[in-house]
Amino acid sequence: MGFQMRPRLTTRPAPVLAVYAAFVFAFIYLPIVVLILYSFNHDGVGGFPPRHLTLSWYAQLFADSSIWDSVLNSLVVAAASVALSLTLGLLAALALDRASFRGIALFRRLVLLPLILPGIITGLSLLMFAVFAGVHLSRVTVFLGHGTALISVATTELFAGLQKLDRAQEEASLDLGATPWQTFWRITLPNLRLSLIAAGLLIFTLSMDEIAVTFFLIGRDNTLPLEIWGRLRRGITPEINAISTLIFAVSVGLIVVWYHLRARSLGGQAREFIAQA
Amino acid sequence: MYSRAYKSLVSIPPLLWVGAFLLLPYGLMFAHSLWAVRDGVIVHQWNWENYKTLFSNPLYAEVLFRTMRIAASVTFCSLLLGYPLAYYLAFHASARKELLYQLVIVPLWVSYLVRGYAWKTILGSEGVLNGFLQYLHLTHEPVGFFLYSPFSVVLMLTHIYTPFVFLPIYAALEHIPRPLIEASQDLGAGSLQTFWRVILPLSMPGLLAGATFAFVLSLGDFLAPLLVGGPSGTMIANVVQSLFGAAFDWPLGAAISVGILVITISLLFLSEILEKRWAFK
Amino acid sequence: MSASAANPPVQNTAEVTALLEVRTVNKRFGSTDVLKNVSLNIASGEFLTLLGESGSGKTTLLRLIAGFEQPSSGEIWMGGERLDRLPSYKRPVNTVFQNYALFPHLNARDNVAYGLRVKGTSASEITSRVEQALSMVKMQGFAASRPSQLSGGQQQRIALARALVNRPQLLLLDEPLSALDANLRKQMQSELKALQREIGITFLFVTHDQEEAMALSDRIALLRDGALEQVATPREVYARPATAYTAQFIGQTNLLRGEIRGGIVTCGTLRWPLEEADGPVIFSLRPEAIRLSGDGKRQTSEVKFRGAVRQQLYGGSSELLEVDCGNGQALRVRIPARGPLTGEHDFVFSIADATPVQE
Repeated sequence: MGFQMRPRLTTRPAPVLAVYAAFVFAFIYLPIVVLILYSFNHDGVGGFPPRHLTLSWYAQLFADSSIWDSVLNSLVVAAASVALSLTLGLLAALALDRASFRGIALFRRLVLLPLILPGIITGLSLLMFAVFAGVHLSRVTVFLGHGTALISVATTELFAGLQKLDRAQEEASLDLGATPWQTFWRITLPNLRLSLIAAGLLIFTLSMDEIAVTFFLIGRDNTLPLEIWGRLRRGITPEINAISTLIFAVSVGLIVVWYHLRARSLGGQAREFIAQA
Repeated sequence: MYSRAYKSLVSIPPLLWVGAFLLLPYGLMFAHSLWAVRDGVIVHQWNWENYKTLFSNPLYAEVLFRTMRIAASVTFCSLLLGYPLAYYLAFHASARKELLYQLVIVPLWVSYLVRGYAWKTILGSEGVLNGFLQYLHLTHEPVGFFLYSPFSVVLMLTHIYTPFVFLPIYAALEHIPRPLIEASQDLGAGSLQTFWRVILPLSMPGLLAGATFAFVLSLGDFLAPLLVGGPSGTMIANVVQSLFGAAFDWPLGAAISVGILVITISLLFLSEILEKRWAFK
Repeated sequence: MSASAANPPVQNTAEVTALLEVRTVNKRFGSTDVLKNVSLNIASGEFLTLLGESGSGKTTLLRLIAGFEQPSSGEIWMGGERLDRLPSYKRPVNTVFQNYALFPHLNARDNVAYGLRVKGTSASEITSRVEQALSMVKMQGFAASRPSQLSGGQQQRIALARALVNRPQLLLLDEPLSALDANLRKQMQSELKALQREIGITFLFVTHDQEEAMALSDRIALLRDGALEQVATPREVYARPATAYTAQFIGQTNLLRGEIRGGIVTCGTLRWPLEEADGPVIFSLRPEAIRLSGDGKRQTSEVKFRGAVRQQLYGGSSELLEVDCGNGQALRVRIPARGPLTGEHDFVFSIADATPVQE
């Protein structure tokens, strides 16, 4: 399925629709704008309008060591999740692209299930598995939960990348005398480079932000979202606005990079991937 | 072209992993739902008690129906917002289409927590919205129902899932060959008729995909109620969560989870069948 | 079945040994038989073309020889060894792909060097052989370019060099010129032919373009629906097609269907004497074999007929006429260009030019 360039059907403005679209955009962005704004507000969260802009909440944030401990935990878990998800996701994508065995349709659905299933189901089932296996909850269990759930994301991205790959290139490599193993390392992987990076970025971001599954698998070491969550139970402080703003900024940066990488690796199909999930 | 060794090598590790970390856990969950709790300990006695409780105790049905109402409202509102947005981008946005598309996509992947928290700070009685209304002298006291009600849950989840709903609809709209629309106009149908007779039917699969996604994920959400729902906004997943927490009844919680799983998978199947039926090549 | 399907006619050089032997190969995809009992020998050093429509099985046969598919039954032998038992990367066969399949992340030089590198050839030998291969296809100046920076014709040459540098015993070419425009195609055809003569490697060329096949090949193997229709030199295939299908596929022809009775052939309004057994018969008569009566010297054993010129297509050096001979019979006639013709005219052709063909 290609994204063909077609001449614009109507460039005539549709004012009502445009206003409505603007309203929807505002709805999507306004809460975040408010959040960012109030992270600079001296009087804390609430009330209107924000007065006395200050950076003191950010200063307080940077001095808060338990937040940064949780950031470190999140980074470790995210990095490990990327490694696990990409490896298994690549294998799964290769299997779906090239192998055919009885039950492969079921396999595909199973792999993609965590994408559509509410996180609580995935989290609880893994919790029961951990208890069953006698494993204590820790960063390891969180990592296993993220890794398992995010295989679906890796598989989707890498499968799309594989579909775009010209099969003739692998045939050419074999034809020229390279073994399948050599072909995989010299031809298949380099051609998937952009897809791999894009998938990795997305998995990293999703892992850093993950709450639902993490909720049930967390041990003593908090991840960042869970640390924030714990503080929310005790009450709102603008420090949370500050960290949320930072999270938002970093996530946006990563996602923009991801989007452009994906657009480059897949051409016009970049916009269709969710529809195929 | 690929040898059997190759195919086995790529298939077996993910199969094993998925079997161990997805199938087995789901199986365990189902097993738990058939067990019981005695004196604060889980006992491996096989029985149907948990399911009987679910069907006989009206409390659970009430929460479940409230949850479904909330999920349906979220889906409806997300479609109401997302479809026109997708339509505008697909057909009227000319030069800035690419940029606008990115602007919709990016928040999609940004922290759920951040966005939920933002609503919490806005809707509270000390929150930004109340402050704003009082500043404009529209109200003199904080309005209570903004926060800690089903309304706030629907609002927050709509905010989360509108971009999710937008994506497949946009993809479907972009896929409609422009000559079809031109043909419709050529045959005398105006914009509204063309939309109703041509564009809407052809975008159905995308609409269905987005709606299913929003409904299913809203159904199983437990964080939004905890953030902004309050007691009146509790959803079925919160019941499960407390059964695995303070209320300690894992078997009952597992039974409800199995119920959620069954509903989800049924909806997915239904959606897939309908999508195939309404898909045109 | 005629002799053409089983064993190809013996070459002029009686001592030539078959490099590749395809022995009663069948290939089935699902419930479809794509290749049916195909047997073919390819002689060392020859330029053999597999010719056929899409769906005839020619590409499948090529892929069987390359090793990307396995025969459902039958064997393929090369140099005294079973070829079909080997995976493609162990076969002394290289392929030039239809869309070139150049590696986009490598430049031209690294593309060409690929086959040598994976076998662990020494760096110095790689350098010299790659240089040699690039100059053979006249692409020395483009060694550092990436495929995306090269035109279609240039990519095609690199693909060729990449295959040839490995000195395969057999080179497979899968419609390599089909993506090129007409002029470039003609130019590449003559370059390919010259190249093959020069290096002497056996070429197995696949195409659906019969003009291309005729121009390039030492022999043509015509495939139809998975079976070999005829295997012969281009001249032979043209002048003595074995079947009606061959006659129509290669060049243009008139198919005359009729009956022999008592030594006289009757095809519609045409009759001539022929000493053959009674029965139905089909003749292939090439349009250029028919001329206007009065042009050229009168020959013995000619058939004369009268017809009205219904259509005239000017072709630069020649004209293609559609001539109505009456009773719904129309013949195509090719004559040297001579300006517009109208009305009825007398035409002649030699009896010897009417080649009998099978159905």
